[in-house]
Amino acid sequence: MSSLAYDPRDRGGPQQPMLIARDLRKHFPVKASGGKSVQAVDGVSFSVGKGETLGVVGESGCGKSTLARLMLHLIKPDAGELVFDGDPVGVAPGIPIDALRRQVQIVFQDSYSSLNPRMPVRDSVAFGPFVQGKRKDEARQVARDMLGKVGLDPEIFGPRYPHELSGGQKQRVNIARALATGPRMVILDEPVSALDKSIEAQVLNLLRALKRQLNLTYVFISHDLNVVRYISDRVLVMYLGRIVEFGPIDAIFERPLHPYTRALLASRPSMDPARRIELPPISGDPPNPIEPPSGCRFRTRCPFAEMVCETADPMLGPLQGPQSHVAACHMQEAHSGHSLAASA
Amino acid sequence: MTDYSSVIPAKAGIRGDEVPAAALDPRFRGNGGVIKTRSEPFLEEQAAPATKVRGYWESVFHRLRRDPVTLVFAVIVLLIVLAAICAPLIAPFDPYKESIVGRLKPLGWRGHPLGTDELGRDMLSRLIYGGRVSLLMGIVPVLIASLIGGMLGIAGGFIGGRTNTAVMRTMDVFYAFPSVLLAVAIAGAMGGGMANGMLALSLVFIPPMCRVAETATTQIRALDFIEAARASGARTTTIIRYHVLGNVLGPVFIYASSLVSVSILLASGLSFLGLGVRPPVPDWGLMLSTLRQSIYVVPFVCALPGLAIFITSICCNLVSDGLRAAMDVRM
Repeated sequence: MSSLAYDPRDRGGPQQPMLIARDLRKHFPVKASGGKSVQAVDGVSFSVGKGETLGVVGESGCGKSTLARLMLHLIKPDAGELVFDGDPVGVAPGIPIDALRRQVQIVFQDSYSSLNPRMPVRDSVAFGPFVQGKRKDEARQVARDMLGKVGLDPEIFGPRYPHELSGGQKQRVNIARALATGPRMVILDEPVSALDKSIEAQVLNLLRALKRQLNLTYVFISHDLNVVRYISDRVLVMYLGRIVEFGPIDAIFERPLHPYTRALLASRPSMDPARRIELPPISGDPPNPIEPPSGCRFRTRCPFAEMVCETADPMLGPLQGPQSHVAACHMQEAHSGHSLAASA
Repeated sequence: MTDYSSVIPAKAGIRGDEVPAAALDPRFRGNGGVIKTRSEPFLEEQAAPATKVRGYWESVFHRLRRDPVTLVFAVIVLLIVLAAICAPLIAPFDPYKESIVGRLKPLGWRGHPLGTDELGRDMLSRLIYGGRVSLLMGIVPVLIASLIGGMLGIAGGFIGGRTNTAVMRTMDVFYAFPSVLLAVAIAGAMGGGMANGMLALSLVFIPPMCRVAETATTQIRALDFIEAARASGARTTTIIRYHVLGNVLGPVFIYASSLVSVSILLASGLSFLGLGVRPPVPDWGLMLSTLRQSIYVVPFVCALPGLAIFITSICCNLVSDGLRAAMDVRM
């Protein structure tokens, strides 16, 4: 933590998490289903420490992107609360949503649709500082600086339109756009998923360098475990709108506790032809999020599922300290009734 | 303040710059299994060849210059407009001056290059003056409709939900009538005259204009850059002004330019039916209407107003087509 430079906006001190989410919930109503809804995010609690990179992994449709939008109040949560640097978000004595958006920014996966096609990219970058009260020429200067910081010459690339840039260049512009307002925390929603592998590595290295330079906190959302491992300090594994496992990166990769995390890790393509994957570790699609299974949501695809998994909802254990590693699985819970439960 | 000790008292560890190779995927391995993280941003991108960068309108004109068909028709439209504006200067005769002797004379009769009409008035002068009314009736309703329809469409498209449904279903009611019928009905109900004709045409064009603007806005609204703008704290009006207008104006402008010819045709139709301009004001539609009884006497002279309408509207259409191509940024 000592590496963090003093930031006058830092209210809570280094021990205060940058963002705390408590029991966030977002259900999207489905038309023509008789009042049913997709449980995109269903009771998610976590915290992001100052200066850390929190990885979020999970299959498509598990609620990762919804979670990202909830963190910025781009969509309103149905329930739960957010606490930014000690201040409850959008509640009377806390921090208003406008002020939150001055300190948290987001980079989306689709680098093309994240930029206005009719605007030269330097204007897209300058837009954030401009709406936050800078004069036009000041905002342009910020845009020039930020384009330089992401490795694009502002004289050559600034006046161009998004369609004149490559995917990697566009994503750099998006990063510059997100950083132009001087945020303390950046939510990266699959920022490298649409890029090819060599560009992906460049952008990841750029993100790491910028994080150090600007004292940023990242929430890094991805379905690519290798990428998450490269960039994250801690990881949050999601399945069907819930957190199934949460812990430090190395602990999760070396000692995964939840069968779903194990399956995800096992499904990574191996670089070693001798360890070729013969059988798919998880089969089938995730269950319908409109009617998730009772009890443990993973039980329909879990090789260890037993009676207890159907009746009782496993809880994510209490988190003690930043190094704690927890999983929502009956096998991890002493006396849960599962035959493989750890005996305490 | 609430006690959050139950939720992770976080104390994040920040990793060093150099990550041990064992922790990494092989494809990130650079030299000796240690990732080289550069503290300076890379400069490869700056070596990219410097191609000429054009502004938006500059690139539109650049593409237009390479499109001779559009250019030729644009020049014709420009000439027609100029002729209408400078009518008093170029018209050889007074368009209202009647002559009992010189009625329905063929082309070239006694210094009348295009002959005379049923009251002995010079056809060329009347056609030139008639262009004023026709162009005015072609452009003004489209402008009014773009403004009102565009605003309604952008508002409905951006707000979405029930507001949008309310706006668009109201438009659909107008849509249900054929445009000619609607224009005739409105103009008929309000009585003829140029102002009422323009009003009727404006009302006819608002629904399609609104739909074009609404479609474009709905498409734009779903894109991430709107969400990114909102995430940087921009208010709805700011987002519409800086991000939506620029993207919607293109389609609206192109559609409006194609409506000009329709408007000229409809206006001529209204005048033909006696619901537009009143005689003796020269107007192409009205001239066509009054001359049709004489079609067997001087057929070519009687067809001239129709020819003027045809040439103007087809030129407007072709120019709007060329603009559509030139204004597409992704070409």
